[in-house]
Amino acid sequence: MSMLTWILRRDLLLAIRRKSDVLTTLFFFVIMVSLFPLGVGPEPQLLKAMGPGVLWVAALLASMLSLGRLFAADYADGTLEQMLLCPESLALIVLAKAAVHWLASELPLVLMAPLLGLQFGLPGDALWVLTLSLLLGTPVLSLVGAIGASLTLGLRGGGVLVSLLVLPLYIPVLIFGAGAVDASTSGLGAGGHLSILGALLVLALLATPKAVAAALHISLE
Amino acid sequence: MFEATRLECMRGDSRLFSEVGFFLEPGGLLNVRGANGSGKSSLLRMLCGLILPEAGEVRWNGANIRHSHDYKRALTYLGHLNGIKEELSGLENLRINCGLAGFDISEEAAIGALERIGLDGREHLPVNVLSQGQRRRVMLARLMVARTPLWILDEPLVALDADAIGLMRSLFELHLENGGMLIMTTHQELEIAAGTTQEIRLSS
Repeated sequence: MSMLTWILRRDLLLAIRRKSDVLTTLFFFVIMVSLFPLGVGPEPQLLKAMGPGVLWVAALLASMLSLGRLFAADYADGTLEQMLLCPESLALIVLAKAAVHWLASELPLVLMAPLLGLQFGLPGDALWVLTLSLLLGTPVLSLVGAIGASLTLGLRGGGVLVSLLVLPLYIPVLIFGAGAVDASTSGLGAGGHLSILGALLVLALLATPKAVAAALHISLE
Repeated sequence: MFEATRLECMRGDSRLFSEVGFFLEPGGLLNVRGANGSGKSSLLRMLCGLILPEAGEVRWNGANIRHSHDYKRALTYLGHLNGIKEELSGLENLRINCGLAGFDISEEAAIGALERIGLDGREHLPVNVLSQGQRRRVMLARLMVARTPLWILDEPLVALDADAIGLMRSLFELHLENGGMLIMTTHQELEIAAGTTQEIRLSS
């Protein structure tokens, strides 16, 4: 097995053994989204209009919750040090770790989102677009979030700092993600928005692993 | 050949050490000594490439380790931190750590190594039920299967009992007899009857 397979396997195994971490993120997402209809009242037009935005903002915040765990445990127990000494390129290791983070923390949200969309009375087409936009957008959240997580390693109050660093960077994803669903409900077609989300994903895949690797080197020095 | 020339280390504004150098040949053991806080761990991390030296350079087979491609494959570094996961068993930890270090070992080989280091019957227990010394053994089991020529060990004997220390000593002797190199810090006196021994003393 290659080193990357070992990392994928290890992180998946850890995610399975620490189910509570995965479930907390998912429940946070579900509860947060469900509070909105209770708070603003059952007006179908209003709910339909704000549904996509609420779901996307909730997904951003839920992904913030799990970011702290991306490198913190490996940093604390010395595994990260070993990864830096690993013959494989650190950028690839980062990519593998971000992939598992996405699988464990973001994919459950993506799968749950259409169900929650029903609470807002979103039509069938919009639910598809919502799922697709989340599928394209949430990996960007994991990758960009990894930059914040690696820069704040070992700092006290790092969690708050990560939010401040990373949330502004999430804005384009939020705009085009929620915009895609809006465009689809208003009959404009979501193609353009989804293409831009795809482009953001490609950009993040190319650029972030190197940046994270550099940040990890600095954090561990 | 592993050598370091005129290394200098700054932490913040203070200079931990300067003008540190050595030359290590196959079969050579280097003991790094010094009081607490004198920079032993920093020196070892610098030799691994985790810290950049303020001045001087570290060379593996003549090439600076920053530009050497095979250095990371030749090195096994075990630091203060165990680098093991509480939720995983000793067996899983050992196999994964070896995989990360770039070599795969079979389940039988891993169980064999854990048995030899005194963890027989505990291979499948999650590490969080093991004692401090046993966790340390899980980490050190990697040395049983590592085929790397250069070992850099930071306080490898911490938390080990007399039996385990004896076992480590014979492991180190075997490594040196096979032409390996060993750099370590320890506060315990360890008589190693193999290879050539040098000592660096860091003063704070």
